[in-house]
Amino acid sequence: MTILANLLVILPISVGVLFIVVTAIGLIRFPDLYTRAHAASKSATLGVMSVLIGVFFHFWLFENHFNPRILLGIVFLFITGPVGGHIMSRSSYIAGVKPWEGTVKDDLAEEIERMKKEQGIK
Amino acid sequence: MKTNDVIIQFTAKIVFFIIFFFAIHIFLAGHYTPGGGFVGGLLASSAIVLLVLAFDITTVRTIIPVTYTTLTAVGLIIALATASFPMLKGDPFFTHYFDYFTLPLIGKTSLHTAMLFDTGVFLVVVGVTMTIIQTIGEDE
Repeated sequence: MTILANLLVILPISVGVLFIVVTAIGLIRFPDLYTRAHAASKSATLGVMSVLIGVFFHFWLFENHFNPRILLGIVFLFITGPVGGHIMSRSSYIAGVKPWEGTVKDDLAEEIERMKKEQGIK
Repeated sequence: MKTNDVIIQFTAKIVFFIIFFFAIHIFLAGHYTPGGGFVGGLLASSAIVLLVLAFDITTVRTIIPVTYTTLTAVGLIIALATASFPMLKGDPFFTHYFDYFTLPLIGKTSLHTAMLFDTGVFLVVVGVTMTIIQTIGEDE
């Protein structure tokens, strides 16, 4: 049983730390804002969620303390992390940050042109 | 330019309740665990600020029709009243009382007058933070 409990703690925390390291590497190596936002909002959210699950199991199985705040934190991160990435990249697109030059498809540009025409902004 | 912001508005509607109930939890748990009136008040006002960010100030004013300067005054009055109430009974200023009560559903609970003082702190923090943010945000 102790081995199983240890696995439940060690495995999520290690996977989470790995995902956070991958996030940091992605933030350094990706070419433009949108690919960086992609790396940051997805894998950082998953990494932090896994670390929190490991911490939750540690306190539940070894300290015998069921902490619902950690579960609430996981739900909160799961909702807000990707939305934060979405808002940041959308506002920087509207502010005029150009995508990487190898981009082949840009659907949002037409949509923003249409919106500007509807509201009479040149 | 006015853009389509349905995602942040829908998220704000859900996340508002999570933050607000967590603020109340922090506020009630302040006596035995970290937390209390100050942190709870800041969390509650941050939930309202999230609504202000997702919608706008006039919409939030119709959702939560509270004058925040009055809220600050009410909080100060509650804090001062709990502090000066013992003087009527002949005890020193700021004496707190507590006792154990058996409430329905919850069972044996200790109720403490420091809770009322903390309610005052909570209301003052919410009122002051929201007054600052509203006066800065409305400045055209």
